[in-house]
Amino acid sequence: MNDLNTNMHDSRDITDAPLVEGNHTFASITEKISSITENPPPKGWWIAFLASLSLLGLLKISILYLLWEGTGIWGLNNPVGWGWAIVNFVFWVGIGHAGTLISAVLFLFRQKWRTAINRFAEAMTIFAVMCALIFPGIHVGRVWVAYYMFPIPNQMSMWPNFRSPLLWDVFAVGTYFTVSLLFWYVGLIPDFATLRDRAKTKVRKVVFGILSLGWRSSNRHWQNYEQAYLMLAGLSTPLVLSVHSIVSTDFAISLLPGWHTTIFPPYFVAGAIFSGFAMVITLAVPVRWIYGLESIITMGHLDKMAKIMLVTGSMVGYAYSMEFFIAWYSNNTYESFAFVNRAFGPYAWAYWIMISCNVIVPQLFWFKRLRNSLPVLFIASIFANIGMWFERFVIVISSLSRDYLPANWDYYTPTMWDVSLFLGSFGLFFTLFLLFLRFLPMIAISEVKGVMPEADPHHGGEH
Amino acid sequence: MTPKNIYGILAEFKGPKAILDAANSVRKEGYIDFDCHTPFPVHGLDDAMGLKRSIVGYIVGIGCIAGASGGLLLQWWSSAIAYPVVISGKPLFSWQAFMIITFVLMVLGGAFSALIGMFHLNRLPTFYHPLFNSEQFKKSTDDKFFISIEFKDPRFDMEDTKKFLESIGGINIEVIEA
Repeated sequence: MNDLNTNMHDSRDITDAPLVEGNHTFASITEKISSITENPPPKGWWIAFLASLSLLGLLKISILYLLWEGTGIWGLNNPVGWGWAIVNFVFWVGIGHAGTLISAVLFLFRQKWRTAINRFAEAMTIFAVMCALIFPGIHVGRVWVAYYMFPIPNQMSMWPNFRSPLLWDVFAVGTYFTVSLLFWYVGLIPDFATLRDRAKTKVRKVVFGILSLGWRSSNRHWQNYEQAYLMLAGLSTPLVLSVHSIVSTDFAISLLPGWHTTIFPPYFVAGAIFSGFAMVITLAVPVRWIYGLESIITMGHLDKMAKIMLVTGSMVGYAYSMEFFIAWYSNNTYESFAFVNRAFGPYAWAYWIMISCNVIVPQLFWFKRLRNSLPVLFIASIFANIGMWFERFVIVISSLSRDYLPANWDYYTPTMWDVSLFLGSFGLFFTLFLLFLRFLPMIAISEVKGVMPEADPHHGGEH
Repeated sequence: MTPKNIYGILAEFKGPKAILDAANSVRKEGYIDFDCHTPFPVHGLDDAMGLKRSIVGYIVGIGCIAGASGGLLLQWWSSAIAYPVVISGKPLFSWQAFMIITFVLMVLGGAFSALIGMFHLNRLPTFYHPLFNSEQFKKSTDDKFFISIEFKDPRFDMEDTKKFLESIGGINIEVIEA
């Protein structure tokens, strides 16, 4: 029996690529990741940061002008009352999903490879949800009464309508943001302690001293910590599946042809995971190259993420075709028209961009050679990001612009302010992400150590 | 150095396997107020130290129930009692529609209770601790593994405990002042 166990253990060691490559020790992992936050950033960081900061300025100007002038500055018309703002909202919320999927779902499934990418995927989630929350916030028109969305006792004795999916959305996305932030912070505590103990300057000592809360790596603490982490993962798992389902009810509960379908919740979740993993690859490929983290974020990680993109991209493709089938099978004139109009109507160009980017491009990942090519991964992930933005554009705009009565129909064109707000949201996202790369450990130091072979007490021993 | 000024003794052990064996020995020797300090959670160390299962899970359970029932009560009270408005013919207490926010607030309650429960059980934040006086202890968040035995332990004895830690493979043994 003992022999059998040893053999099984050995064979697994041979087939699985190591999670951390090269001759890393615990100390070299600490050094590699912490030194990024301690030394001045590379020149490329400054260029990227200044570019992002300029876009963030554009976002500020656009929002201020919007508040001054009102939503009339957008390309909205009657019947298209939900324009780019809602497209962008759904786009950004969707991107967030990969972070939670990596940090929570893969944790529950004991996928140890997640440790190298979970920290910055979670950061990506938090910043993406912040970008998302801007859009419904400024879309309400009278921004100064945005607090009407929350159940706050007020002088008019009014309460929000809890039967409305738009209010479910406020709660779902708000909770998603809060829980992601808590999860991220809990994961960061031991690493903050590492940075505190390495700190040379007074400022770093104080800041990381406060953030690490006096963590002293005690096993009595680790025990409660690990269970709290497990609980947060267990709570985040149904949450991440529910958030985009609830976002999809904003559409699915209405009566508009093209929106009113039951496939929306799973279809939105699959699309969200697809776009999120695409964004993780878009970010990981340059980051591991600039900071020399190829031994920690290995080709094996990128290969696995590409496989997830292939699976979820194909699920999205299935949903697209199933929508058509149901539209025909329902024998409902309006429903059938909505879908034929999507593919061959005035927005056909957007529809076919969506199909090419989301269904055809991920099929490249059937081939191992392409999954292991950095340029292919990077370019395909950008195509997926574009495709997923167009998916939301197709859903929102093509359905609204052609509803029941032809007399209502109108073509929607964005204005420069729609474009500037969207570009500006990338400024916010990348500014926050670059600050994160600069000041916080972008890889979970203690978790990576925990999955190294020498972390196992039985490593090299006699069993 | 009077005993009152002493927090305990700190000893380093070489790697995960050594600390696991050492923790076993310390427990078998009858020490209670001791702790292991490792850069990452070492598999099996809870059993070696003789720790009971963490109760964070129960705290989270309470938090989830509080979040869910609070959420449902809020929706019932505000929609059916405080501000009864009939919207698209739905009943005032439309429980099916209320399930979503009930679920979401259950998750929120659970998440906060996991965080606060863990902080409370670990007594965090604790910004000062005698162990922080030790220079070598800073490596516990990098690549070193330590065991600390506290002065308040009934079996603690300055000389015997030191010798014992040495005998089970402890190195860099240091007396920590409170």
